Amino acid sequence: MYLRQAWTIAAKDLRAEWRTREAVNASLAFMLVILVLFSFAFDPGSSDVNIQAISGGLLWLAYSFAAALALNRSFARELQNDCLDALLASPISASALFFGKAFANFALLMAMEIISLGVFSVLYNVKVLTQIWGLLLVILLGTWAITVMGTMFSALTVNLRLRELMLPVMMYPSLIVPLTAAITLTSDLLNGIPLRGENLLWVKVLVAFDVIFTSLVVILIDTVLVG
Amino acid sequence: MSGTGPERPSSSPATAGSPGAIGSVVPIGFRENSADLESALEVKGVWKYYGDFPALRDIAFNVMPGSTVALLGRNGAGKTTLLRILAGLSKPSRGSVTIHGSNVREESTRRRIGVLGHGISLYDELSAFENLRLFAKLYGVANAPQRIDEMLSRTDLTRVRDGLVREFSRGMRQRLAVARVFLHDPQVLLLDEPFTSLDDRAIAVLQALLNDMHVRGRTIVMSTHQLREAMETATHVAMIQRGQIVHAGERTQVMLDDTGWLYRTYGDN
Repeated sequence: MYLRQAWTIAAKDLRAEWRTREAVNASLAFMLVILVLFSFAFDPGSSDVNIQAISGGLLWLAYSFAAALALNRSFARELQNDCLDALLASPISASALFFGKAFANFALLMAMEIISLGVFSVLYNVKVLTQIWGLLLVILLGTWAITVMGTMFSALTVNLRLRELMLPVMMYPSLIVPLTAAITLTSDLLNGIPLRGENLLWVKVLVAFDVIFTSLVVILIDTVLVG
Repeated sequence: MSGTGPERPSSSPATAGSPGAIGSVVPIGFRENSADLESALEVKGVWKYYGDFPALRDIAFNVMPGSTVALLGRNGAGKTTLLRILAGLSKPSRGSVTIHGSNVREESTRRRIGVLGHGISLYDELSAFENLRLFAKLYGVANAPQRIDEMLSRTDLTRVRDGLVREFSRGMRQRLAVARVFLHDPQVLLLDEPFTSLDDRAIAVLQALLNDMHVRGRTIVMSTHQLREAMETATHVAMIQRGQIVHAGERTQVMLDDTGWLYRTYGDN
């Protein structure tokens, strides 16, 4: 029942997004613009620049900036017609509502990130397929961290007039640890260094962050939404 | 009887206690031989503060099953705040609310409640059928497709079943909102100004559904400014003023004949 309710919310969000494409269009365009602008700044064709060394930072900068745009819409779209009240009055737990929204956000972010990974590979002439499974694992874990924190802060700021500003202000400081881990791992993987030894520690950091903060949000979300 | 104003009836004016005290319980909708019945709705000493401002002060009452209660009061009196607390959308600063003996935030309790707030609570990007199917799934409605079609038929929306809500007229959206609230056949209905801004057709649909609910012994609490509709529908009235219930009792013939009587008698001008 719990999972079915979460899936119902996720399916509703994905269907609404598919019909309006308001979050995807803005976020994907922003993600690609960031990558294109940085390609002008760093000149990927130049031999003076080690693109692999900065590639992790570039990618996750684009991912996290664009994610703020998409995640802002997550709970804000429920304000139209007071839909949030109807959801909170229905017999669905706040955590199932959270997971439904988080699953939909995660799916959207992953789709956009995989598209922009391909664009990044072409623009910067970086081979992403050599360590693709490790790279996918890092993107999955890092994106879940962004999704959990972003969805939670989207719920927290939903009634604020300055929510578009407040969400990134609150979200980015909380993502310092997972973004550091994801950037380090992504740069290593694109340099051809596989996930083993010291790198595994960063993977464990990402897993621990995801588990701890997902659990924390499940505990806090009812208070966040109902007060 | 005083010559300076209308005589007050002997029904139960509520008295608020000092902050922190549990106020006197006002039975609303009490029926003869129903003493053994569990209250449909029980509100005990509810206070709600916004900062230092007490929006609700020591609200306490019971609503018996089968009653239709019109919650009256001027703008800012606390009606919406009280209804949001009854619906579990806001937590009281003090006090408690139970519906059929259970905490209102329990999922099993919320399954028994229907809530219609100020907004229509429908998704513009989804069709009428998809909107109702979403809420049917959340409420675990049995035979959902048949029930959805029945509600679309009762609200005269069958022909636009697959149309997106964003393409609907205002009246159609309002009727669909009514269909959503009644979809899971709630035992307790909480309606916040349900007649406001409805067109004639939507009012007729809503009144027919409310009458049906009343006949089947469901409990209805609605805040409203539409005194005529409220008095025609209600079995009981409660008047709230500055966060306190100042009158609660049966709807009498004098209220029906003169809808302004209650405000003149209990209002603070």
